[in-house]
Order: sequence, then structure tokens, then C-alpha cells
Amino acid sequence: MTIALSQFDEVRLDRVSRDFGALNALRDVSLTIRRGEFIALLGPSGCGKSTTLNCIAGLLPVTGGAIWLDKNRVDTLRPEERGFGMVFQNYALFPHLNVRQNIGFGLKMRGRPKAEIDRRVDEALNLVRLQGQENKLPGQLSGGQQQRVAIARAIVIEPPLVLMDEPLSNLDAKLRLEMRAEIRRIHNELGATTIYVTHDQDEALSLADRIVVLRDGVVRQVGAPKELYEAPAHFDVADFMGFRNKLKGKVVAIEGDRTILDVEGARISGVARERVSVGSTAYAAIRSDDLEVGEDGPNAIAATVDTIEYRGREFVGTAHSAGGLDFVFRSHVPVELGSRIHLRTEDERILVFAEPVQGRQ
Amino acid sequence: MDAVAHAPAIEHGPSLRQRLAARGFDAVTLLVIPAAIFSLLLFVYPFAFGFVLSFEPKAGGDWLANYRRFFSDPFLYETIAKTLWLAIPVTLVNLLLAIPIAFRVRLMRNQRLLTTLLVLPITLGTVLVAEGLLNYLGPQGWFNRTLMTFGLISQPLKLVHNYWGVFASLVITGFPFTFLLTLSYVTGIDPALEQAAATLGASAWQRFRHVYLPLLMPGLAITFCLSFVQAFSVFPSAVLLGEPAGPTRVISIAAAQAAFEEYDYSMGSAIAMIMGFVQLGIVVAVLASRGLFYRGPASGAKG
Repeated sequence: MTIALSQFDEVRLDRVSRDFGALNALRDVSLTIRRGEFIALLGPSGCGKSTTLNCIAGLLPVTGGAIWLDKNRVDTLRPEERGFGMVFQNYALFPHLNVRQNIGFGLKMRGRPKAEIDRRVDEALNLVRLQGQENKLPGQLSGGQQQRVAIARAIVIEPPLVLMDEPLSNLDAKLRLEMRAEIRRIHNELGATTIYVTHDQDEALSLADRIVVLRDGVVRQVGAPKELYEAPAHFDVADFMGFRNKLKGKVVAIEGDRTILDVEGARISGVARERVSVGSTAYAAIRSDDLEVGEDGPNAIAATVDTIEYRGREFVGTAHSAGGLDFVFRSHVPVELGSRIHLRTEDERILVFAEPVQGRQ
Repeated sequence: MDAVAHAPAIEHGPSLRQRLAARGFDAVTLLVIPAAIFSLLLFVYPFAFGFVLSFEPKAGGDWLANYRRFFSDPFLYETIAKTLWLAIPVTLVNLLLAIPIAFRVRLMRNQRLLTTLLVLPITLGTVLVAEGLLNYLGPQGWFNRTLMTFGLISQPLKLVHNYWGVFASLVITGFPFTFLLTLSYVTGIDPALEQAAATLGASAWQRFRHVYLPLLMPGLAITFCLSFVQAFSVFPSAVLLGEPAGPTRVISIAAAQAAFEEYDYSMGSAIAMIMGFVQLGIVVAVLASRGLFYRGPASGAKG
């Protein structure tokens, strides 16, 4: 590939903070991104992930901390001096310029000769597979094509860092999967260091080399997708990673690496991910895929079926316990609406977390 | 089924009512009537009356006599140039002031307060502004006195009863209007476009030149037209602050003199018609030039 990205070793966020008036949108976010990495910033809306991205891009000033590109401090530079490529959620294509002019915009602003701009725009058009569309205006393109133009426009300037702000959230479900694969392919071809903001855990898991989970402006966990998926460090991270069953109970015993909870009279034994002590309130988190219909016994809890949906290979249902806990479970056999069942899973599938502190910490 | 039995016309195709509705005519369309009557009585009729009247010279002669007189008398035809010489620079100055201020104001939080302050001069009217300027900019006014106190000038500057008095008055009364229109066009542009341009390495000037300006041009053309028409029909400030017999004898003064001093309504109408056509000519030329620019929506995304 002839699109050669600027070389550097790492981007380092050093205790970056950002206040909006009295609200701390970001607090002491520290993160090191190595060359070629694909990092996903993941979290619910309002968690500070877009704020982080805008601070890195220079569109928002940081109110504390620093951002370093190797030995150079960049948070004091204006966005046009940083030279990071950015892909916006709503694409932000220049509506009065055609595809070729949009992609060539950054090179033109840098005063590159016309022949070079033409050659590099052609390469970028090839990369995002938009040959033949170069004379159309953005308004004449589909959403997916617009996003391809936005990606080409950001990478043609050969930035050290590519920033993507929920680039797929305006696309329909089918196109989103397609573009997700495209983004991964482009990343594999170019090896561009990328920071990708999303609230979709599937996107983060499938695209990223490392995921940063943010909540209320604080980094909650950083790790490889597999690590976060299998061993979330906190209750809220688990919630975000698809642990949809949250069983509130009391710790009755700790035996070796097993923590035993009393949940509505049933004994639930799992693996503690946070420090809990006997007698304290704790949560057992179970992924809906792991909760199955079974016999009464260890790790089983009685419930009444509320809904049941056919999903092709299996059924997905919701149920509630006598004490008012809600469950999402799966089943290979159909179950009757309103019937009493037992839901159960294995010890190692159950993660135990301390009761989360309420509000912003 | 009953409806079909009672209305056999349906068998032959949609009824007249349905066909009209398909073209956008239904009972609601009748609500246009009051507005149509209003504009017919207060705009179309007087205009048509004046148009016809302008071809019936008071002194007799053929139907073009009024127009021939206008274009053969320098005292009359020069009013076109004099009015343009006021209206075009004033409009350009207003526009050139409004753009940078609108760019600054779009980032402000208390936009409403500022907007209210700016609407005030419009409601005050030109006469009050003219009176104020006569005192303020006059030979004994604060402005000249201050300059003389600081020794910047030895003689009072002549700022009223000439071209510049009218110019200042038109800028003051025209600016709020121009500014509010410009502000609405500036804020209509998606700020993400500027952010995108910045991340692509465009400096503040390049962002204005390559992103904002091309997207603003159609709106600025309309703003120019509306501001220009206002300035072109200047009358009170040209009389009160200018030299109505000399350099600020604008075309509306000529029309008023013909109609109300010489009691020649026919000549007055002819001058008003000429005034209208000059305005129309400029407006059409400016609006036609919009075709050179992009005129689609000013945001990048589809929805």
C-alpha cells in the first residue's frame, strides 16, 4: 500500500480532564496507545468517550493533564496543527464539494501539487472502493458511501492517528455489519493507529485490539476484547458486556475461589471479581447465554416464564422470580408461558461483584 | 357500497373534487383568498394603477413623454446614480460588518439579549435615528467636540447634511436587519463541517474561504438583495441628514417632488416605475449569480 502513515511510537494521555462548568466530563483519563493499535472507547452515552476523542482531536480543550505524541505535547496545538484524521458520526462531508474534492481537501489545504493530490486521492478511492463515484456530490451518495468518503478523506492525509466517532451509528443494521468489516479491512491494509468510539459492545469486541470501558468520565477497565468479555472487573463493565442477569443477594460464605451468595433462599456460588466480605450485599452476574432451563439443585433458582421468543436455533425467554428478580435465559426446548421453571448455570459462569457505589464516584 | 350507488361518477374515474385534491386544491385552499384580496387591493391595484398612470402624461404628448423627460433631464436621471452610489456601498458595508460579527456571535451564549438590542434600532425608525445623528455628529455634537478636545482636529468635521450623514444613518438602520439575516444563515451551517476542515489541516481563514463562504454565498446574495432594496428606497434620512438638493438627491425625492410639489402624479408614477425597474435589475442580477454556487442543504449528512 502506498498510503504511508506518519511514524511514531505511542500516543499517551496523561491524566486528561475536561470540565463543562461544574460537571467533570472526564477525570484523570490516562491511556497509552501504541503504533498500529486499534483502540475502542466503549461506554453508555454521557460516559465521556466522545469528549475524550474531541480532546485528542483538539476540538475541545482539555482542562487538565496532557496529551503526548512520543516526546511532543499535542494538547496545546490547534486541531489543524495536530494532523489527526477524524471520521464524524454524521460524516461531515462538505456538501458543496464532490467526492474527489472532499477527499483531496486536506491535501489541498496543505498546498500539495495537483498531480500528487490526484494520485493520492485515486489510491484512497481504490482503498475504500469508490471508483466511479468521484464526481458525485455527497447528497447523491448512500449513507455507506458517504461514510467511505469520510474514511478516505481522513486517511488520505496520512495521519499518525485516525479518530472515529461512532462512525456506524447512522447506518442501518445490514450496512453497519458491512462497514464494520470494511473498517477492519482498511485497518489491516494500512495499519493505521485508530481510536474508535462506540456504545455498541459487538462493534468494540469485533474491531478492537484493546477496549477501554468508560463510565461517568472515568476509565473502568482496559483490556483485550476476550479479557473484558470473560472477566469484567466491575459490575457496570459486566453489565455492558452482556451480563444481563443481575442477582442481588447476601454473601454467606467464601470457600477458596468460590463465593457463595444467598439469593432469595437459593445458594448461588460464583467467582468473585471484586473484594466482598461475608454478610455484605453482592451481585451475581450471569450472561443470558449461560442461563439455562434445568433441574433444581446447586446454582438453580425458581422462576415464572414471562415471554418466550423463537430465535431459530434456540429460544430466548424472560422470567421473574418470586422476589422480583428479572431473568433473560435461553432454552433449546420450548417452555410454556407462565410455567414454573428452574434456571441454572455452572459456578465458573457466575461472576460476583460488590454492590456498586451509587452515582458518580 | 352505498357511496358507490349514490355516486355513479366514481365508476368513470375520480370525481372532480378528488382530481382537484390530487393537484393540491381542496377546501383549505380557500384560506388563501383573504391574503389574495389583501395583496390585490394594496399591492397589485396601486402598482397597476401607477403603471398605467405613468403612460398618461399630465402635460399631454405621447405615452412615453414622462420617461423621455426623465432620461433627458440630468437633474432627474442623475438620481439613479446618486441612489445607487448610496445604496450599494451601504449594503456592502453592512454585509462586510455583519459576516465577522455573526461568526463571533454564533459562539455566544446570550444571543437573545444581543438580538433584542439589535432589533431595537429597527423599531425606532429612521427619523429618530436621523434626529439623534444630527445632534451627535453635528458641528457642536459630542463626536466633534471630543475629537477637538483631544486635539485630533482643529475644525469640526462636516458629517451631517452631506453624503456621509445619510451613509451613517443607513448603516445604523440597515445593519441590524442585515446582521440578523446573516446570523441565521451562518448558524444554519453544520459546525461539524468546520471541525472536519480543522482536523484536515485547514486554518481559520481556509475554513472560512473553502467551507463557510461557498455555503453562505446563496444566503448572502439574498441578504444583499433585501438590504439593498431597503437602502435604495431611502427617503427620510436623505432629506434630514443629507443634501436633498445636491449629492443626496435620491430617486425617491425626485418622485416625491414630482408628485407632491409639482402635482404631476403621472410623472411621479413614471419615476416610481423607473425606481422599481432599477431595483429589479440589480436584484435579478444578484440572484442569477447564485446559480454559480452550490445551493443544496448546508449540512453533510442526509438526515
